[in-house]
Amino acid sequence: MKKEMICISCPMGCHLTVEGEDGNYTVTGNTCKNGEIYGIQEMTNPQRVVPSTVVIKGAMLSRLPVKTADTVPKGKIFDVMKAIDEVVVEAPVKMGDVVLADVCGTGVDVVATKSMAAC
Amino acid sequence: MIYDVVILGGGPAGLAAAIEAKKEGAENVLILERDRELGGILNQCIHNGFGLHTFKEQLTGPEYAERYIDMAAELNIPYELNTMVLDMQDNGDTKMIHAISEENGYQALETKAVILTMGCRERTAGAIGIPGFRPSGVFTAGTAQRFINMEGYMAGKEVVILGSGDIGLIMARRMTLEGAHVKAVCEIMPYSNGLTRNIVQCLEDYDIPLKLSHTITFIHGKDRVEAVTVMQVDDKLKPIPGTEEIIECDTLLLSVGLIPENEISRGAGVEIDRRTNGPVVSELRQTSIPGVFASGNVVHVHDLVDFVSEESVLAGKGAARYVKGELKNEDNFTTVNGDGIGYVVPQHVTVSNIDKDLTFYMRVRKVFEGSVVNAYIGDEKIATKRAQKFVPAEMVNFKIKKSVLEKYPNGEIKFVVEPKEAKK
Amino acid sequence: MYDIAIIGAGIAGSYVARELSRYQLDVVLLDGENDVGNQITMANSAIVHGGFDAPSYKKKGQFNAPGNIMYEKVCRDLGVPYKRTGSLVVAHTEHEMMKLHELYKNGLQNGVPDMRILFQDEVHEMEENLAPDICGALYSGTAGLVSPFELCVKVAENAVDNGVTLKLNHLVTNITKTDAGTFKIETTDEDIEARYVVNAAGVYADDIYKMVGDPYFKILPRRGVYFIFDKEIGDLVHNVIFPCPTKNGKGILVSPTVHGNLLIGPDAMPVEKGDISTTQDRLDYIKENALKNCPELGHYFNKIIRSYAGTRNTPVADTYTTTDGDFIIEESPVQGFCNIAGYESPGLTSIPAAGYWMVEEVILPMLKRDGIEPAVNEDFDPKTRPHIYFEEQPEDVKRELIAKDPKYGKIICRCETVTEAEIIDVIHRNVGATTVKGVKKRCRPGAGRCQGGFCSPRVVEILARELGCEMDEVMYDAKDKAYILNGKTKSQN
Repeated sequence: MKKEMICISCPMGCHLTVEGEDGNYTVTGNTCKNGEIYGIQEMTNPQRVVPSTVVIKGAMLSRLPVKTADTVPKGKIFDVMKAIDEVVVEAPVKMGDVVLADVCGTGVDVVATKSMAAC
Repeated sequence: MIYDVVILGGGPAGLAAAIEAKKEGAENVLILERDRELGGILNQCIHNGFGLHTFKEQLTGPEYAERYIDMAAELNIPYELNTMVLDMQDNGDTKMIHAISEENGYQALETKAVILTMGCRERTAGAIGIPGFRPSGVFTAGTAQRFINMEGYMAGKEVVILGSGDIGLIMARRMTLEGAHVKAVCEIMPYSNGLTRNIVQCLEDYDIPLKLSHTITFIHGKDRVEAVTVMQVDDKLKPIPGTEEIIECDTLLLSVGLIPENEISRGAGVEIDRRTNGPVVSELRQTSIPGVFASGNVVHVHDLVDFVSEESVLAGKGAARYVKGELKNEDNFTTVNGDGIGYVVPQHVTVSNIDKDLTFYMRVRKVFEGSVVNAYIGDEKIATKRAQKFVPAEMVNFKIKKSVLEKYPNGEIKFVVEPKEAKK
Repeated sequence: MYDIAIIGAGIAGSYVARELSRYQLDVVLLDGENDVGNQITMANSAIVHGGFDAPSYKKKGQFNAPGNIMYEKVCRDLGVPYKRTGSLVVAHTEHEMMKLHELYKNGLQNGVPDMRILFQDEVHEMEENLAPDICGALYSGTAGLVSPFELCVKVAENAVDNGVTLKLNHLVTNITKTDAGTFKIETTDEDIEARYVVNAAGVYADDIYKMVGDPYFKILPRRGVYFIFDKEIGDLVHNVIFPCPTKNGKGILVSPTVHGNLLIGPDAMPVEKGDISTTQDRLDYIKENALKNCPELGHYFNKIIRSYAGTRNTPVADTYTTTDGDFIIEESPVQGFCNIAGYESPGLTSIPAAGYWMVEEVILPMLKRDGIEPAVNEDFDPKTRPHIYFEEQPEDVKRELIAKDPKYGKIICRCETVTEAEIIDVIHRNVGATTVKGVKKRCRPGAGRCQGGFCSPRVVEILARELGCEMDEVMYDAKDKAYILNGKTKSQN
């Protein structure tokens, strides 16, 4: 099996070619190690970081930006969004605070990406 | 009191410039920010992908901003929020900044140096003159981004996006994640104006069609957007009759370019480069007015915040040296756009101000494959920049060593896109 | 029950309302829109014409010059931006020069002061950016610029200050004569009863009249398309520059605006009522024609910040009547029902004279005939509290304003330097703004180069706070229809 793809690990946007079968892939076209990791992951288990917002009470704004602290399986993005939708936090919040642990059983936490004071 | 450096804008450019100015020995530094918090546009850019160059990790916009806000706090750099600068006057040795705020009223601040870091604004529907009605529901992508990410309100359910700039691509994904249906992204050029990775992770991941060589020729709906007419364009970018397609939608987002905000600069008499729409600057980002520096999107529109920070370090350094009387102004070289080059920043170079090397930022005019960018002084090729390909959406960073520049007398540095094997 | 109901709160209806408020009469001003001055008044050339154009035998010719002279006081009383700049009708040929002399003579007949025929060198001395082949011009020193929607808002506000009732979102759907001889006006809201009706319904005046009488005029909507340029090139010309007029109208003009922008347009395209869309061919036509008089503009098409279209309400003959295309200002064949219709250009300029005339020479005599002689409203005050344009104040006044009200220290619209205090003020006055467009019309946030990109979230927030509603309930313009936001991003709030 052979697949062409564009690496999204950084803004370079290298054109990758991934060839191989189950667990045995070779990546060409990449200009760094991240490209190889990305290429193989796209074939086996594509992953994305999900950035979004959650409701925050008692802060200057009514939304707190958050993200999944690591990548989650691409197929679970909308499940993660649904779980995030339920979250309500109270100010103050520190950047990096976990607002939702182990989202959708992925083992990945959803964390605040901004500190917000109470006001 | 006379300030050493007043910085107009507390976004990524202003923060990085202030931090560097302070580190380089400027004493009284003040940041004036018009919004209610520091961080500028990064506060609404909640997606990740920032900071790969600066911090070697993928941060979201607010995280990137917060790192700089924390650094500024550590250095005890004061700032005033909700403060609008009305104008700036150049009085020679000092500059006067007139600013107002609810908290501090009307202030006339005297300062030795100024750093302009006001950023940019989005090109609007009015500016590009889309025919049709003028209903509610036409947003620039950044305005929709603010409503959705910061205010927490949705700006539409059925969305068409005109322009494939990065903010438009990011918003295509963002609105999809929040439950909207993004029907198409139309781009008048035959190539995308956003970063390739954003095409992949914002459009392809969600099966949002990117219609290259397509534009919107009519906005329907008197009160709220009801539909748009989309047409294919020919190689002169003119709509091709017979290709009309009406797409029903309630929202049109525009991501059709950014324009540096230089009203204060112009008012003060700063020379503006009509190619960048930003001030003409030197290697340490001094404008045509001695003591007035500029960096970030107010100088030229960047595609990565990392380079905004990098450029702002230069401006901060320049301002601090100016205040200390250490800034040279020999103006050894001016930069020239050769074939294929849209603009080059900086436009002026004083070699003795450079530490080790100087990065020239530039954009190519169209997509070039199998090409290099060469730098010439006179007939002599002094350096070459290689890449897989050069595209207008991605700024080219062309680093040249100080030791190379020192070899030449004053003159022009010309940047040219040439075929890889070109011999001149 | 009202004495007089005025249908249409554009400049004509609002001005007649204000003139009527000088008397002790119960007057109601009705409009189908969510704001006053939201149609023809909203989108036009914004010019106070000298008055040499229309023939002196028409009302257009009779009211223009006096209206122009009255503008200064009206705008001073109401605190409306108004600038007397002068205008030039330029000629490219000998034939056009002859036409200028005709206009000049007509102007003298209309009583237009301060007119001169300029020779080629005088024209180019006065305006350095005009086409070199322009060989002469008719200068009219009294021509000027106004902000029509600000004028309309202030006229309506002053009318309400003086006792007139304003009812917006009351679109008239039917009118019947009652047994008592009054008029029952059915609207999309409540029914209104009034002894007399003034029909000032602009493009829809013929439709309104048809509800009570046999049609004797028709309104032909003719659309005009415009461009607005950034203030950066607002001084490209100093006078209003007209081409030589043709049978289709005054032609594509190049003009400064009262707020310092540059405006070009309009064409004149017959359209369906309500069609205020722009089209590519028309936009191109405007540019081409503006270039003929001002070729310099060619460098600045990247400084365009907005294009828009408005409609004229041109009176034309109905199938079995004739009209000479003049203003229709009269009591109609239906007793007690007056029309101010076909009130197209120079309607805006004429309104101080035409509105006065309509009240004193049409409405009051009609009332007197019916035995009604209203007493003078002793409390009538022609002045409104002026709007404070922060940006235009000198430094010491700016300092004072912020010291008195810190909200003057908070800039909401950075392009036009509009403060929060100004926005709050225009929301809470009589005839206050209830929409984002209403705020923009009154004090300009969003009218600048970023077109509301930065300030619209703030303006929505301020409107929501001041009107006591949620942000997603704030409209851009039309009630319920022109929504900006649709709900919140999360289900938890």
